[in-house]
Amino acid sequence: MAETDAQGYVLLTALALPLLAAAALLAMPGDRPMAARRLSAVTGAVLLGLSIYVFLAYRAGGEVLQMQLRWPWIEHVGFLGENGIALRLGVDGISALLTLLTGVVAFAGTLVAWKLEYRARDFFILFWVLIAGVYGTFFSLDLFFFFFFYELAVVPLYLLIGIWGSTRKEYGAMKLTLMLVGGSVGIWIGIFAVVHEAGLGTFDLPALWEAGRSGALSPDFQKAIFPFFAVGCGVLAGLWPLHTWSPDGHMSAPTSVSMVHAGVLMKLGAFGIIRLGIQILPEGAAFWMPALLVLGTIGALYGAIAALTQRDFKLISGYSSVSHMGYVLIGLATLNEIGVSGAALQMFSHGVMTALVFLLIGALYDQAHTRDLRDFGGVARVMPLWVVAYVVAGLANVGLPGLSGFTAEFHIFVGTFRTYPIFGGLAILAAAIAAAYMLRMFATVFFGPLNPRWRELRDLSPIEIAAAVLLIASMLVMGLWWAPFTDRLAQTVLSLPGVTG
Amino acid sequence: MRDFTLFIPEYIAAGAAIGVLALELALPRLRRDALAWATAAGAAAWLIAALFYVGDAPGDFEGLLRTDAFTAYFRILAAGAVLAVALLSARYLRDRTRAAGEYYGLLLMAGAGMTLLSAARELLTAYVALELLSFSLYVLVGYLKRDARSNEASLKYILLGAFSSAMLLYGISLLYGLTGSTTYAGVAEGLAARGEGTDLAALAAIMLIVAGVGFKVSAAPFHMWAPDAYQGAPLPVTAFLATASKAAGFALILRLFTEALAVDALEWRAAIAALAAITMTAGNLLAIQQTNLKRLLAYSSIGQAGYMLVAVAAIGYGDAAAAQNASSALLLHIAGYTLSTMALFAALVAHYNRTGDESIEGLRGLSATQPFLALVISASLFSFAGLPFFAGFATKLLLFQAGTGAGLLWLAGLGAANSFISLYYYLMVMRRMYLFDPPEGQTRIRPPALLGAMAGLLLLGVVFIGVYPGPVFEATDGAAAALFEASAAAFARLP
Repeated sequence: MAETDAQGYVLLTALALPLLAAAALLAMPGDRPMAARRLSAVTGAVLLGLSIYVFLAYRAGGEVLQMQLRWPWIEHVGFLGENGIALRLGVDGISALLTLLTGVVAFAGTLVAWKLEYRARDFFILFWVLIAGVYGTFFSLDLFFFFFFYELAVVPLYLLIGIWGSTRKEYGAMKLTLMLVGGSVGIWIGIFAVVHEAGLGTFDLPALWEAGRSGALSPDFQKAIFPFFAVGCGVLAGLWPLHTWSPDGHMSAPTSVSMVHAGVLMKLGAFGIIRLGIQILPEGAAFWMPALLVLGTIGALYGAIAALTQRDFKLISGYSSVSHMGYVLIGLATLNEIGVSGAALQMFSHGVMTALVFLLIGALYDQAHTRDLRDFGGVARVMPLWVVAYVVAGLANVGLPGLSGFTAEFHIFVGTFRTYPIFGGLAILAAAIAAAYMLRMFATVFFGPLNPRWRELRDLSPIEIAAAVLLIASMLVMGLWWAPFTDRLAQTVLSLPGVTG
Repeated sequence: MRDFTLFIPEYIAAGAAIGVLALELALPRLRRDALAWATAAGAAAWLIAALFYVGDAPGDFEGLLRTDAFTAYFRILAAGAVLAVALLSARYLRDRTRAAGEYYGLLLMAGAGMTLLSAARELLTAYVALELLSFSLYVLVGYLKRDARSNEASLKYILLGAFSSAMLLYGISLLYGLTGSTTYAGVAEGLAARGEGTDLAALAAIMLIVAGVGFKVSAAPFHMWAPDAYQGAPLPVTAFLATASKAAGFALILRLFTEALAVDALEWRAAIAALAAITMTAGNLLAIQQTNLKRLLAYSSIGQAGYMLVAVAAIGYGDAAAAQNASSALLLHIAGYTLSTMALFAALVAHYNRTGDESIEGLRGLSATQPFLALVISASLFSFAGLPFFAGFATKLLLFQAGTGAGLLWLAGLGAANSFISLYYYLMVMRRMYLFDPPEGQTRIRPPALLGAMAGLLLLGVVFIGVYPGPVFEATDGAAAALFEASAAAFARLP
């Protein structure tokens, strides 16, 4: 049994801190928004520091699971046997990378929420509960707590979107919540089946992984249960055709929620497919991956084409997210080292890129109160910084070398060509369509004659600039020097059952 | 052996019941809430006495009643529920009635009936205990004499309750005819040794009993009384119906089905599984269209009864170990459910005392006027829906996992799907509280001290079970072990 590592307490701190912040805010009087903002900014900054530490301290050549912490929770009660439920935390290369992503996006999101006036304290309470759920999901090495935090990350969204959202917010919030929790039903069923079939009386994930690998879970069983996990988590990952909550939800959500949601939450779904699907049920994964590949490719193409036809900024980004998450699924479905690494890189890349895009859309919408592309033109003249940041995000989206999108998509394409050349071609087609919708947006919104209506638009505020710089820096680092990322991923990815070199 | 010391806690409860009645007769000018405090004090004494009995060796009274960890669990639950309901009733009743002595006296008697029900190991003793509980509740439901709805609710409850009691009694008489015994052990022995050609009679007896207890726990299709009774009853009594009364039904079911009827699991397990499936689905689907909060909670509690029946079905499908695991998970779920429901009702009573409005619409903007109450209501509803941090997540996961252990994956899956349906109507309630502005002119108010403190304490309990279910799970596991110790002989004869 893994012993508790001193570094495990870093993970525990990163998990507990947002919850403590939420509790502190709950105890705070509601009429002091500035105190709530300051507390949240400090929390975000500390979390960013902890996340960077977790990523850097993850040793590329060491054990796969590092920084472990294990607190027995319930043992030898009812059907639970030895080590029944434990608060077991730890990171592998993939979750270390996603931890970094969470730190970056959460801090940027906190900064953007600074200008929120309406019930700021309540907003931050829910925001931090959500972030705790995200960290917990990435850290948990126990199925009970994995699902606990996974659900915890979804719960606050209804209120976050319903109270602070815009366009058709009630509809978007309800649709999103019901679809995501509906997906969880599949995960519930998968958990019941797996824990029962393994017959170990434990929710310990590494023990269940071993059961899946050793054949204690029969191949037929794995094939039968994998779809429950894949579809259940896939809903959150924007798996076509269950992605429809994503454009509506993003359109309704307030800026920082969109950032965290598209930036981090959708990754929980893909991460769940790895943790529950590939790692517990490798045989099932090998059997079903072609189906996931087809759905991922359809999602990538469909999202790109749909984005091409939309005129609302947020809808474009919402569909673009569906398209990019399609790449992630394609990468996972290749089940080879380079493709799966590419999927993990794409999760990070899309996370920071899409967070930046939603930040910028929010900055524009707060002033213009419209998000229709056709209303704009020549914005570069009044908001130069805004345009520069948007161009960087857009080019990362398209996959320009030197930015993170290139690194990620390049890995995915190479991986896909190795196993499924035709789908590799289709994925590249989707990237080409992405270039089309991005360039169209550049042309109509940024350049051309300036609509006099927008003469008064102000450029990004200093706080927004800080958040944008943080996100752009992340994209540049991954685009220019990806060795630290791929090194940390390599061993973890190869350790996944069924992944070939 | 006639060991009269086994039930000292219940003597306290019964004594307090008589004391409250006498108090009102002796001092008719007493403030009405003084009776509530007296009842609460009596219930607290009962609870403390019950705690002294925890961990005692199992005791037996003439083979009729058994006190063990299982009894202790329900005794604590009953005393706690009576305590909570007495406190909930204080202001509610003061505002609405003149005479309150009977109300509090019957409340204590109902609680004592529940304990006896969980201790009974003989059919007629169980029946008498059940009727003690039911008759007390018939009166309590109709206690608001001037309220037509309360009268209607009471009448419906009496008629259907009497009907179900008759069915239960008929089933009991058939069992006696078949086996020549009314003790659970004797019935189990008799059923195992019964002659050829008696299967039909046994089946009829068991189905009548299933229908009878199905009424008591409001399982569909025997749930018809519940929405009307919940709606018409005084709000604190609704809380008692939803928690203690339902738990008592499951105490009876657990004793009966793990011992007397264990050998005939083949005859009833499919029926119980179907009952569970129908109950949870019907309860949750019907809840969606409700506009009255109490009716919504009635249907929601019917759905909860469906989840609980999953464990009962698992007792029939599993071996002794799986059955025991299912029972301990069920007891854990009942504990979490009771705390969540009580927290919810503490908040609702506080809201109702001020506004007198029991529609869902009446909760408009509660998050702005009374944010704490809105928080408690949301937390309880989330707990019912099985969302993390709240008791429902952990208890439901463990409950369904235990059900899967007995090979009922489909039923557990249906339960998960039903939790999803239930989330929809819980969100519709939350929508009113959080997404809408309060009616014109309402500003923020502090919650009443007593009910606010109660809601806060109960909420802490809900969160505790949700995050760290270990200690309570260990306790319920001990209770389930005691239950199966009593019925070991019956299970040994399983085919």
